[in-house]
Amino acid sequence: MATHVRTAEGSLDLPAILKDCLMTGLVVFALAAPIIGLRTIDTPGGLGIDYRFDDVAFAVLAGIVGRFLLNLYWAYGGRRRPKAKTEEIAGGRAGAFMKKVGLYGGPAAILFAIAMPMLPFADRYTLDVAILVLTYIMLGWGLNIVVGLAGLLDLGYVAFYAVGAYSYALIAAHFDWSFWVCLPLAGLFAAFFGVILGFPVLRLRGDYLAIVTLGFGEIIRVVLLNWYEFTGGPDGVSGVPRPSLFGLEFARSSSDGPTFHQFFGLEFSSLHRIVFLYYVILALALITNFVTLRLRKLPIGRAWEALREDEIACRSLGINPTNTKLTAFAIGAMFGGFAGSFFATRQGFISPESFTFIESAVILAIVVLGGMGSQIGVVIAAIFLIGGTEVFRDLEQYRMLAFGGAMVLIMIWKPRGLLAHREPTLRLPPSRKPEAAPLAGGAS
Amino acid sequence: MSALLEIAGVETFYGNIQALRGVDVSVEKGEIVTLIGANGAGKSTLLMTLCGSPQARSGQITFDGVDITRKPTFEIIRMGIAQSPEGRRIFARMTVMENLMMGGTTADPAHFDADLEKVFTLFPRLKERQGQRGGTLSGGEQQMLAIGRALMSRPRLLLLDEPSLGLAPLVVKQIFEAIKQINQEEGMSILLVEQNAFHALRLADRGYVLVNGAITLAGTGRELLARPEVRAAYLEGGH
Repeated sequence: MATHVRTAEGSLDLPAILKDCLMTGLVVFALAAPIIGLRTIDTPGGLGIDYRFDDVAFAVLAGIVGRFLLNLYWAYGGRRRPKAKTEEIAGGRAGAFMKKVGLYGGPAAILFAIAMPMLPFADRYTLDVAILVLTYIMLGWGLNIVVGLAGLLDLGYVAFYAVGAYSYALIAAHFDWSFWVCLPLAGLFAAFFGVILGFPVLRLRGDYLAIVTLGFGEIIRVVLLNWYEFTGGPDGVSGVPRPSLFGLEFARSSSDGPTFHQFFGLEFSSLHRIVFLYYVILALALITNFVTLRLRKLPIGRAWEALREDEIACRSLGINPTNTKLTAFAIGAMFGGFAGSFFATRQGFISPESFTFIESAVILAIVVLGGMGSQIGVVIAAIFLIGGTEVFRDLEQYRMLAFGGAMVLIMIWKPRGLLAHREPTLRLPPSRKPEAAPLAGGAS
Repeated sequence: MSALLEIAGVETFYGNIQALRGVDVSVEKGEIVTLIGANGAGKSTLLMTLCGSPQARSGQITFDGVDITRKPTFEIIRMGIAQSPEGRRIFARMTVMENLMMGGTTADPAHFDADLEKVFTLFPRLKERQGQRGGTLSGGEQQMLAIGRALMSRPRLLLLDEPSLGLAPLVVKQIFEAIKQINQEEGMSILLVEQNAFHALRLADRGYVLVNGAITLAGTGRELLARPEVRAAYLEGGH
């Protein structure tokens, strides 16, 4: 790699740059030749291969030019390749910045979110995307308790999402209870499953924990897929009832009482239901955030964070790691369950298809990209990952390429997530400059 | 009249490897007891066994007349034993204040402010640094924080595992002075594990020498300091 883009005299080290660009071209070629260059097509005799050499050449050229520009940027932009270390040192500045963001950015974002459906650009599509993003924000916040605060790597979070969705769908189908009764029940069921998962994995850490949770996520999905009599198997559960506002349904007409538009004397619009769903998920997400922020300031929240930092030290302070981890799992799972039942009521149809490993991976990516433990980071990452993939739908087959590339870029620039700064759980009054202590030990 | 802590014939294993071979140690109320020994002698293992992680395979540990040999770690700690663990183990991303709050987990919150004041009097440095993240402290400050954190649980017995590890001589002196102060002003019983035999034995009421998982010598701090085998093994080449 061209670590010396300049010679000792300060002029450009052209041969080194060219060599670097050539290497890049080679790498791009190696990647692009099979990925872009070969394309399978249907031919009358079966599967054929279409060669696209011009596209490969274009990709290689783009790689070389890009690399060259990057080298020029390093040479003249004044900034060397980013180093992870600088972030640690800049903690104070980042802290002051974060304080401002937290003070004004948070409330402003909430106000915007509340006003969003009233704004002129809020059509059906925008609201659908917003609901999707908010669902993932809520899931991200839920998983943030387990991964970000308690430091337990959970690759099977989608299991709790599925448990929540199926509990609502099945309870509603069998007992005909309303969404608002089933919502807490779904949360409880998910929390219960969190505890069930928690028990066997408590003694595991790091990679091993991740593998077991991954397995758990798959077990739930496979059970849902195969327990045909109970869950409908691959057919899923359809006709999941829609939520109502204090008994007012969002339909053109209803047999049991007035509907929403009749009660308020409005013109019927299918948008009403979407706006209502938007506010439901917004409220659920804000509750998740509020509870998490509160918990962080309580002893249990501090114990989670301490557990993430050093489990042995925690034990030496008399913390029961078993119970602490269990509560983290249970509470994180509960919010996953809430999100799941919202998902079920929004879709009206659920099947095991919706709860594959990729969902867990996306939620985890949101938490990690956002900066583990950062609430605002989760919001930004969710908007970016979920909203971004929606916006880039026009790119068609290059969508996942853009998605992956963006993730790589973030991890290069912000290796610890977009907002890696950790807010202390309590603010201290600015300390006065203390008089120099005679034996103050600043050495070592 | 039994001792505050009584360790009798304790044997600890890591898998098939025996780390402690029948150790007898006792700590009376209000005294500083020092355990010295070379690397791998089993000093830290003894403190860990005391806290139930790993548990002793045989022998008995009684604290204040209660058998704690088979209790889980958090129950032992809640009985009034606090440990400043080897390598300090500060919560790096949490602030000094949060670290101290974690120390007070098992204590009655009503005492928190008074206890905090005591720790800050003992280590004024921590008061200056209370909003700073633990990981950004110097080694000496981290050690002060580890001891302060342990004190926040209002223990009846304080276990210190190599508090002088990796610190400059001046800082070591400060730490040992603080330990002395805790003992004299609070009447705190302290079990101190050290490689820094000279400082530790001078400070201690009594001492034990641990070699290959067994106690080979015991006596008052002064007696041990005067013993030629102690001098040869742990004090030669200055201090």
